[in-house]
Amino acid sequence: MEHSSLAGRIFRGVALTLILIFFMFPIVWIFLMSFQTNEQILRIPPRILFEPTFANYEALISGQLRTAAGNLQISFMRNLFNSVVLSSAAVLLALLLGVPAAYAFARFKFRLGESIAFTLLSFRFAPPLLVLLPLSLYYQELGLNDTYFGIVWVYQLIALPLILWIVRGYFEDISPDIEHAYRLAGHSWREAFTRIAVPLAGPGIAAAGLLSFIFCWNNFVFALILASADKQPVTVGALAFVTASGIQYGQIAAAIVLSVTPTLLLALYAQRYLVEGLSLGAVKG
Amino acid sequence: MSMVQLLQTNAQAAPAKPRPRVRLLPYLLSLPALLVCVAILVPFVTAAVYSLQRYRLNLPYLRGFIGAGNYIDFLSDPAFWNTFRISITYTAVTVVLELLLGLGIALLLRRPTRFHNAVSIMLLLPLMTAPAIAALMWKLMTNPSFGILSYLVGLFGVTDFKWASDPSSALFTVVLVDVWVYTPFIMILLLAGLRSLPRQPFEAAALDGVPASFVFFRITLPMLAPYIITASLFRLLDSIQQFDIIYAMTQGGPGDRLMVFQVQAYLEFFQYTNVGRSAALLMILWLITNILSNIFIKNWLQLRARAHGHA
Repeated sequence: MEHSSLAGRIFRGVALTLILIFFMFPIVWIFLMSFQTNEQILRIPPRILFEPTFANYEALISGQLRTAAGNLQISFMRNLFNSVVLSSAAVLLALLLGVPAAYAFARFKFRLGESIAFTLLSFRFAPPLLVLLPLSLYYQELGLNDTYFGIVWVYQLIALPLILWIVRGYFEDISPDIEHAYRLAGHSWREAFTRIAVPLAGPGIAAAGLLSFIFCWNNFVFALILASADKQPVTVGALAFVTASGIQYGQIAAAIVLSVTPTLLLALYAQRYLVEGLSLGAVKG
Repeated sequence: MSMVQLLQTNAQAAPAKPRPRVRLLPYLLSLPALLVCVAILVPFVTAAVYSLQRYRLNLPYLRGFIGAGNYIDFLSDPAFWNTFRISITYTAVTVVLELLLGLGIALLLRRPTRFHNAVSIMLLLPLMTAPAIAALMWKLMTNPSFGILSYLVGLFGVTDFKWASDPSSALFTVVLVDVWVYTPFIMILLLAGLRSLPRQPFEAAALDGVPASFVFFRITLPMLAPYIITASLFRLLDSIQQFDIIYAMTQGGPGDRLMVFQVQAYLEFFQYTNVGRSAALLMILWLITNILSNIFIKNWLQLRARAHGHA
């Protein structure tokens, strides 16, 4: 199996180097760009060594973007704040709704349970616009358009199947005997759930929560359709940014860095669980 | 669910003091999830109904039931067949490329050394970048006046390469972004699969001096097949619905060069306010994904049962 020949080792070394360059270069390059002035970015040939500037970040934080056509007020920090609020609220709600349901699906065999679980799963793979476009018309009538609540509610489409299926797997892996022993000792069902099952499935619940947070944060199309400027998260905000004319490239790069840093850090922190989460619990890492 | 659990579930409902609450319990617990299901299904049914109507937001008085009219119109509509062809091409190209590349990388990183693990963690980063943002990153890198990639291809004598803004290279450019974001997905699933394979067949093959190509095609690939199928179907299902990358990069352009299903449906709805047509387009896409996802779920359930030891 192992190619220990020199040619084999050289091939593997070269291949891995090329792979690392392809996948890492864009992140590194945009990161460097975010510390450059427009003049530095436009310089040909591009240079890797340069005098870094924090002006791009300062402009984003103050919301005053200097462009060729004068000052432009764009509150990217507002988008960042929206992303935090929307993703956190969506995950919290999904955990509240999903963990008890996952427990029910793992512990009791009942028809409705399977139907719910599989409906949510199959809509994980349905075109999101199919639900979103009619929903946007309903939302207009209900006055839910462009409200945090309305957006958090549709984010359940992303977060709930993930939490349901991952946490269900964790509950199924816990032997029910422990809970039974606890129940026999005279404790109620609710105590068995909160004191035994939930703590034992803790890592799974945490992993599912972190992953859903990442996926909600990275979502683009839901807010594109349902939110106007002051409720938009970073994904939609950053796009508006690029299309606004005359914005300095370094500022776009800085906005990108601010948008991806939270999820990348969370991903590094939760990487142990990513395999399981990405496959909805079908593959263990 | 195993037999033991089944018996215990029954035992739970049966003890001396029969409490109806226990029977109700699972329903109560899953009630909120049911509500979300309903909230999804209502718009879904609505979309199905819209797809059978002549329904334009700007001409509300023309609204009416036209049966399969929207669908029949598609048959003779070159724009629809363009959308169909581009979606299929995009899906086929991205999934094949990502599968080959992902499998290759997984094989390279197979041995769990510290270096290999570090590389596989680094490769997670593109996957955790929002696809819409990833498209913006590549947009900056392929900008004709200062983009680093434009500069680099210029060094090789390719000047004036327009990336996503030229019809001949637009598909290539968005495929490149898709490959950058999603190859790590295939890689991470296959790597986990590879590392979970039993050792004995490989040890026996090594003892017998079986050539590496034989080991790969006759042992590794067949044992990895369920993982490969699950990972590819995952990607297939997402890829045929790609919206974020294409919309953020070119909004379906230049012209109609990248008009995949969801982008086309989005524009039908918001630009042409033709709700009926948009819904019919999405229903067709749903039909395709539904067939795929039924195959997917079967395969995925088997893998899942194995992962959780209920096989």
